[in-house]
Amino acid sequence: MMQDVASRENGSWLQATARQRLAGLLDPGSFAEFIGPEQRVESPHLPIFDLPRAFDDGVVIGRGTLGGVAVLVAAQEGQFMGGTFGEVSGAKLVGLVRAARDHKQLPQTILLLLDSGGVRLQEANAGELAVAELMRAIVQARCGGVAVIALVGGKAGAFGGAGLTAGTCSRVVVSEQGRIGVSGPEVIETNKGVEEYDSRDKALVWSVCGGKNRRLIGMADAFTDDTMDGFRAAAQAQLAVSKPLDLRTLQHEQARLAHRERTLGGCNDAAAMWTVMGVPDPDAVAGLDTLDFITLAHSIKDANHDAR
Amino acid sequence: MTLDEVLGSLFPAGHHVAVSAEGWITGHATRKTGGPVSVIGVANGVALGTAGVIPLAAQVLEVAAQDDRVPILVLVDTQGQLMGRRDEMRGLPEYLGHLAKCLLLASHLGHRTIGLEYGKAAAGAFLATALATDILVALPGATPAVMDMPSIARVTKLAESRLRELAKTTAVFAPGLDHMVFVGAVAAVWDPAKPLDEQLEQALAAASPDDVRDVRGAERKGRPVAAEIAKRVGAEATGQFGLHAAA
Repeated sequence: MMQDVASRENGSWLQATARQRLAGLLDPGSFAEFIGPEQRVESPHLPIFDLPRAFDDGVVIGRGTLGGVAVLVAAQEGQFMGGTFGEVSGAKLVGLVRAARDHKQLPQTILLLLDSGGVRLQEANAGELAVAELMRAIVQARCGGVAVIALVGGKAGAFGGAGLTAGTCSRVVVSEQGRIGVSGPEVIETNKGVEEYDSRDKALVWSVCGGKNRRLIGMADAFTDDTMDGFRAAAQAQLAVSKPLDLRTLQHEQARLAHRERTLGGCNDAAAMWTVMGVPDPDAVAGLDTLDFITLAHSIKDANHDAR
Repeated sequence: MTLDEVLGSLFPAGHHVAVSAEGWITGHATRKTGGPVSVIGVANGVALGTAGVIPLAAQVLEVAAQDDRVPILVLVDTQGQLMGRRDEMRGLPEYLGHLAKCLLLASHLGHRTIGLEYGKAAAGAFLATALATDILVALPGATPAVMDMPSIARVTKLAESRLRELAKTTAVFAPGLDHMVFVGAVAAVWDPAKPLDEQLEQALAAASPDDVRDVRGAERKGRPVAAEIAKRVGAEATGQFGLHAAA
């Protein structure tokens, strides 16, 4: 029963596995995997820690079509080692983006289904370096016209290296449950104290790194409900508006981020930021349904831009 | 070496590099060869947050806008990204990603970028600065770390003593300069007994936008399979589309 939930069009993206998400996102039957689990490309390092391995090391990569458009795809499996970047899982992502960068005949759109707590600490050095290579490959690919679209709505969110990776993508799609950050709430609480960040205060955590705040401040370009259909429609819409990365893009992003620092730097909480940004009723944001929230986000100037 | 010592050895004839009260390094200097070099960075081990990214990225973009191939030197001594609720709330991943993108774009536009780690470097701030350069070098005594050993122990549920034992046989997880050399992140460790200006020229000559870190990690046996897997993905992708894999 549970396994059927995600295969339905209105199935939850949050609850689904990486493979279920790809099946729900792409045109039916269009997905073909690169380096599939039958090749058993596993982590050479996890056995040192007496940890079980996965035949795909928690990343599924391949090709497919979305509304008839050929795309390359990669999906992190948040349920295996928190979707973390290890040597193998990271190299699969790096290899995919480099392939699009180097071969113009390959699909020039990449969908990254991020669901990751960041670097896998058992392989920390290899994982960190994989993120660095991925960010470099994404920027080089984007300079050559490849569109890289991040989809964030899994249980692990996009933290650490995955958060920075989202920041290098052409466009970012997020659901309310899709959290994006560098340090997670628990890490900040452990290091800085509960007065700084109470990780058990769920409403606080969502207001900081949850999808609604990410969309309102302009860190995500599209908001969707937590369904396969929702992510599919949002990703398709972003295909049409992705532009190559150039100097002007980053000059505009610099202006945008400097403006945000200037105008929101003194805010102590999300409601204060949203007030400055022109949200009429900040206290109502958490309760807005998807359509009403999208309408609101479209009306906020700083939330809508093409400078990423 | 202190930052003053580093700058003095890099630019014995003097420089126009300043460190702000917050610890942001900005400015420029003249190379041994006579050409200009732009210098940015993080000093005093401070944490990099949203506010720090703005002046550093601004200088990188100014350099990138000029068609003169002036190289950019990134000096790094940072404890990592700023850990705070408000910086996260304002979108820290986007700011750190922005700084990395600026460095990567400058590289793409023909400006060689070189990272010099002379102190600490950790986690997200490492990715946004040193690891976003064409070539990363370090001075002895630098302490790069993705995560500190106590945190790794907490996550892996293994005793620190056990982890230290494991770290003797694999470079893949434990903090430290030697490990970062083995996995290919750090291209070379400079000799502080020799003039740094000469070593800067050597590093710049070796710098390239082509990412060779995975190949280097395989050669040094610290990251055994990444390069081969990335290549295999490319071969399988081009093969499935009926293209030739050569590139």
